[in-house]
Amino acid sequence: MADLNELTEKLSAIKAEVTEGLKALASSKEAFEYRKSLMDSKTGKIGTLMREMGKIPNELKAEYGKKVNEIKTWAQGEFDALETKLKEKEMMARYESEKIDVTLPAKMRPKGNLHPNTQVKNQIVDIFGSMGFDVYEGTEIETDYYNFTALNIPDNHPARDMQDTFYLSPEFLLRTQTSAGQIHVMEEGKLPIKVISPGKVFRSDDDATHSPMFSQMEGLVVDKGITLCDLQGMLNVFVEKIFGEGTTTRLRPSYFPFTEPSVEVDVSCFQCKGKGCKLCKGTGWIEVLGAGVVNKKVLEDCHIDSNVYSGIAFGIGIERIAMLKYGINNIKLLFESDLRVLDQLDD
Amino acid sequence: MLVPLSWLKDYVDIDVSPDVLEEKLFSCGFEVEEKYEVGHDISKVVVGLVKTCDAIEGTHLHLCTVDAGEHGTLQICCGADNVKAGGKFPLALVGATVYATAKDHVTVEGVMTINAGKLRGYDSFGMLCSGVEIGVTEDMYPGAGYNGLLVLPDDAVPGSDVKPILGLDDWIFDVSITANRPDCQSIFGLAREVAAVLEKPLKTPALDYTETDVKKDFKVTVEAQDICPRYTAHYVYDVKIGESPAWMKRRLALVGCNSISNMVDITNYVLKELGQPMHAFDYAYLEGDAINVRRAADGEKIVTLDEKEFELNSNNLVICDGKKPVALAGIMGGLNSEILDTTSAVMFESAKFERDNIRKSSKALGQVSDSSARFSKGVDEYTTVMALKRALHLVEELGCGKISSTGFDVNTGNSIEPFELKASVAKVNGVLGIKVPDADIVRICTNLDFKPELNGDELTLHIPAYREDMATYQDVAEEVIRMYGYDHIVPTFIPTAQVTSGGYNLRQKTELKIKNALCAQGAFEGVHYSFFSPSDLDMLRLPADAPERHAIQLINPINKDLSLMRTTLAPQMITAMARNQKNAILEGRIFEMGNKFIAKDLPLKEYPDERETIAIGVFGDKEDFFSLKGLVDAVAAALDITFEYEASPKPFLHPYRTAKVLCDGVEIGYLGQVLYEIRDELDMRVDSYVAEIDLKALTKYYGKERKFIPLPKYAVEKRDFCFVMDKALTCAQVENAIKESCEYITDIELFDLYEGAQLGADKKSMAFSVVFTPQDEEFTQEKIDGFVENILKNLSDKYGAVLRA
Repeated sequence: MADLNELTEKLSAIKAEVTEGLKALASSKEAFEYRKSLMDSKTGKIGTLMREMGKIPNELKAEYGKKVNEIKTWAQGEFDALETKLKEKEMMARYESEKIDVTLPAKMRPKGNLHPNTQVKNQIVDIFGSMGFDVYEGTEIETDYYNFTALNIPDNHPARDMQDTFYLSPEFLLRTQTSAGQIHVMEEGKLPIKVISPGKVFRSDDDATHSPMFSQMEGLVVDKGITLCDLQGMLNVFVEKIFGEGTTTRLRPSYFPFTEPSVEVDVSCFQCKGKGCKLCKGTGWIEVLGAGVVNKKVLEDCHIDSNVYSGIAFGIGIERIAMLKYGINNIKLLFESDLRVLDQLDD
Repeated sequence: MLVPLSWLKDYVDIDVSPDVLEEKLFSCGFEVEEKYEVGHDISKVVVGLVKTCDAIEGTHLHLCTVDAGEHGTLQICCGADNVKAGGKFPLALVGATVYATAKDHVTVEGVMTINAGKLRGYDSFGMLCSGVEIGVTEDMYPGAGYNGLLVLPDDAVPGSDVKPILGLDDWIFDVSITANRPDCQSIFGLAREVAAVLEKPLKTPALDYTETDVKKDFKVTVEAQDICPRYTAHYVYDVKIGESPAWMKRRLALVGCNSISNMVDITNYVLKELGQPMHAFDYAYLEGDAINVRRAADGEKIVTLDEKEFELNSNNLVICDGKKPVALAGIMGGLNSEILDTTSAVMFESAKFERDNIRKSSKALGQVSDSSARFSKGVDEYTTVMALKRALHLVEELGCGKISSTGFDVNTGNSIEPFELKASVAKVNGVLGIKVPDADIVRICTNLDFKPELNGDELTLHIPAYREDMATYQDVAEEVIRMYGYDHIVPTFIPTAQVTSGGYNLRQKTELKIKNALCAQGAFEGVHYSFFSPSDLDMLRLPADAPERHAIQLINPINKDLSLMRTTLAPQMITAMARNQKNAILEGRIFEMGNKFIAKDLPLKEYPDERETIAIGVFGDKEDFFSLKGLVDAVAAALDITFEYEASPKPFLHPYRTAKVLCDGVEIGYLGQVLYEIRDELDMRVDSYVAEIDLKALTKYYGKERKFIPLPKYAVEKRDFCFVMDKALTCAQVENAIKESCEYITDIELFDLYEGAQLGADKKSMAFSVVFTPQDEEFTQEKIDGFVENILKNLSDKYGAVLRA
C-alpha cells in the first residue's frame, strides 16, 4: 500500500519530468506527440495515474484523485500554451519562407485588340445605330452598273477618271465606293431609309498615302422633306461624338455625280480647336468627308418618287478617321498585321 | 490650273486682295491648291541708276556708284559685262533675297541674302542683278534672258521696287476645278465665276475682226459626226511668222507654256484663255483643197509634231486633207502640216470632239497633250465657235495675217444659244432646308448670267450654252447655296424623318462577338488585302487542280502580287507571321475576318460567292497545335456550338499535326502547323500554326438561344478511369466509347496521358474523369456500379482497353 507521501513524491517527479520535457519541445508536432504519449490512458505517465486508484487506500482516494486531476489540468494548460506559441512561431516561419519579390512580372495573358478599322466602324455604328440607322454591307465585287451607272456616272463621264478602277471582267469590278450599296438598299424599295454601309473599297493607287484597298462608311437617309440642313445637323451630331465635344462642321461646294448639291465637309480641328496647328495645316479645319443631297436622277432610277421623297448621303474614310485618331501617318501600317503596331492601337 | 491674277483682271475688276479672292473662290467651290506671288523669293530689289562706273584694273570688275533713290547712293562692285554709267538695273540692297546661281550664272541653286562685302578689297553694298537672279525669264520680260545685267526701262525711278516693273508682283493661283465644271477650265471660264462671286461685271475678250474678199475653193466634210459634233475652220493668208509680242509671251510663260511663234502661240493662248484646243495647219501642205474628219482606217499611219509615228484603227479620229491624215484629232497635229517659219497661209481649226473618244484614243496610243487633256474633260460648242473668232481677232491684233472670207461651221444642229430651265422656288428651298429670299435668288442667278424671270413660285432661267451641267432644280439649288453661302445652312436633325431602330444586325453582332472572343484569348485583329499573288498559291503547294487555284483575276492589277482575288486567307496570314518574326516579334496571335472569293465560273458572269472566313495564326515557342485549337474552340464557344476534329492533311501543313474541323459532321475548316519547308522559305525563326474557318457555313448557328438547364436535384457522381490501350486509338474514339455506354454521362474530361516503357512500345494510358448526373431520382450504389461495368465492358469489347493496374 502506498502512502500519501510516496504518491505525492511520484506526482512531483512526473511534474518535474514533464516540465523538463516541455522545454525540449521544438515544434507543435512534437508537443502534440509528447502530450499524446503522456496522456495515453494505457501507457501515458499521466494517463495511467487514475489506474493506480485501486492501489490507493480508501481514505486517501479522494486526496489522490484531486492531485491527479490537478496535475492533469496543469499539464493540459502547459501544453495548450506551448502549442499555441509554437504554432504561431511556425506560421511566422512559413510566411517568411514564402517571401516573394513583388516586383517580379505579373502573370496574365494580355488580351488582343480589334483592328482600328473595326474600332472606328463600331464607334460609327454606335452613333448612327442610336439614331436608327441599319447597317448594310454590300459586296466587294460589284457590277459596273451599281458602282457607276446607277450613281449617275455614265460610261463616258469624266468622273470615272476620278477613281482608277480595278476590273475583273467588262461587267464586274472591285467597288470603288461603298455608294454602290445605296442603290441596292433603295432598290429594295422599303421607305423610309436610314442606313450606313461600311466596307472595303478599291482604287488603283499605291503610294505612301494611298493603299489600293481601304474602307469607307456610306450613310444614306431617304424620307419625306429631307434637306441640306438635315445633312449638316446629322453630321454635326456625328463629328461631335467621334471627335469630341465642340467639334463642328463646315460645308463647301464640291462635286459628286450622285449628289446635288455636293459638299466637302471639313471638321473644326479637334487638336487645336480651330486655332491652327500642324494637323490642320494651320487652317483650323480638317477635310474628312464628302456628302450631299441625293441626286433626284439617282432616286428616280431606283423608282423612288423624287416629288415626295428626298435624300441625303455622306461617305467617310474609315482609315482616315483611325489615322487622325491615333496620329498614324502611313496607311499601309494598317494592313501589315505588325503586332508592334496593333498592340498600340487599343481603343 | 494655273491662273495669273493679272490675266484674270482682264475680264473682271478685282479689287480684293489675293487672300480674299482665294476665300471667295473656296466658298463657291474652287479650291486654290496653292497661290504665290511670282516674285515670292525676291525682296528688297530696287531700281539702281549707275552714276559712275570705273574698271578695276587686272579684274573683270567695275566699281560703281549707284543711285538708289531713297536708299541713298551706294558703292557696288559689279562683274557683269554690260554695266555702264547711266544704265538702270535691278539693285539688290543689303538684306535683299535673290536667287543664287552656279558659276554659269544661269543655273539657280537656291535663295541667298545679300550682305555688305568686299570684292578684291573694294567694299560693295549690294548687288546689281541679272534676270536669272531675280527669277525673270526672257519670255516674262524682253532682255531678261541676257547673261548679264537686266536692263530696266529709262522711265524707271531709282529706288523704287522693281517688282511692278517686271511683273514680279503678279500672283499665280493654282485652282482645282471639279469634273462637273469643264467650262471653268480656262482663265476666262474662271473669270465668269469670279465676276459672279464678286458681283462685278464680266468683260468678254474681243472677238471682232475684218474679213477680206479673198475666197478659197475649199471643202470641209465631217464623216464622223457622232464623235465630232462641231467642226469650224477659217482660212488665213499673208501670214508672217515671227515672234509673239511681249505681253503674250509673258502670259504663256506664267501658265507654263513656251513661246514658239506667233501663229502657234495664238492657238495656245486661246486654249489657256477660253479652254478650247485649236490647231493651225500650214495651208501649203493640205492637199486636195479639202478637210475630212473621219475615223482612221485600220493600219493607217501618222507622224505627229513630236515626230512619233502611230499606227491607227477605226477607234481613232483623224483630220485628213484630200489625201492623207494631217492631224490626230484633238490630240496632236501631224508633222506633215506643221507651222514653219516659211508658212504663208494657215487653216485654223476649232472643233468639238467627243471627250470619251479623245480620252480613249489618247490612252490607247499613249499620246497625251494639253489638247487631249482638255478634250477629255469636255469642251462645249459655245466655246468652239467663240474661240475661232478670238483666234482670228488675235491674228489681226498681232498683224500676222489676213482673214479671208472662207470659213466653215459644220455642226450636228446643237444649239449654242441659252436653254431654258424652269424650277420651282419652293423645290429649290426644299433641297436646302432654308428659305433663301426671292431677291437673293434672282440676284445670284443674274450674277451667274442665268437671266432669271420670277413668276410666283416659278423661276425661269436662261442657262448659257456653256453650262452643260445645269439640268434640274437641284442644280439650281446648288448654284444658289454656293453663292449665297453654306454658312446660311441651319443644322437640323431630320425632324421629318420617321423613327426607326437600327444598329448591327444579328450576323454583324455575332461576328463582333467572335472577334471579341478571339481578342480575349490574346489575339490581335489584322486586315489584309482582298487580292493576293499567284505565288501565294504556289507557296501553299496547292496542286494545279485545287479549287483555290480557280481565282478571279484582275484585268488591270497594280502588279502581279496583287492580281488575284483571294480564295484562301492562309497565305497572307502566314506571311504576316513571318513579317513579325523578321521584326523580332517571336510570339503572337493574329486573326482576320474577311472574304474569300469563289467564282461560279470564269470569266465572271454573275456575282461570285464572297465567303466570310476567319483565319487565325499563332506563332512562338509557347504555342502549339493545341493552343491554336483553343482559339478555334473559342470561336465555337462564342457561337455556343461544338466542333469536332479529325486528322486530315493539307499540302502546306505538317502531315501529322493537321486536322479538319467539323460541325454537325460538316467540314467547315482546318488547322495545323505550317510546314518546316515554308518556315525555311520565309526565314521564320519559330513554328507557326494556321487555321481557317468558313464563317458563312456557320451562319445558321448565329443567334442560337441559350436555354437555362436547372441545377441537378440530386448529387452528381464522379468517377475516374485510367485505361491502357493501343497507341493508335484517339482521344475522341475513347471518349465516344465512354459516352455511348451510359445515358447519364454529362461530362468527360481527359486528365492524364502517359506513354512509357513499362506499358510497352505500342501502348498508352489515358485517364478520364467522368461525371454522371441523376435525373429523376438519386443514384443507388448498384446503379453506379452498373454504369462503371458498362463502360469497362464497352471499352474492352470495342478497343481491348483495360483498366490500368
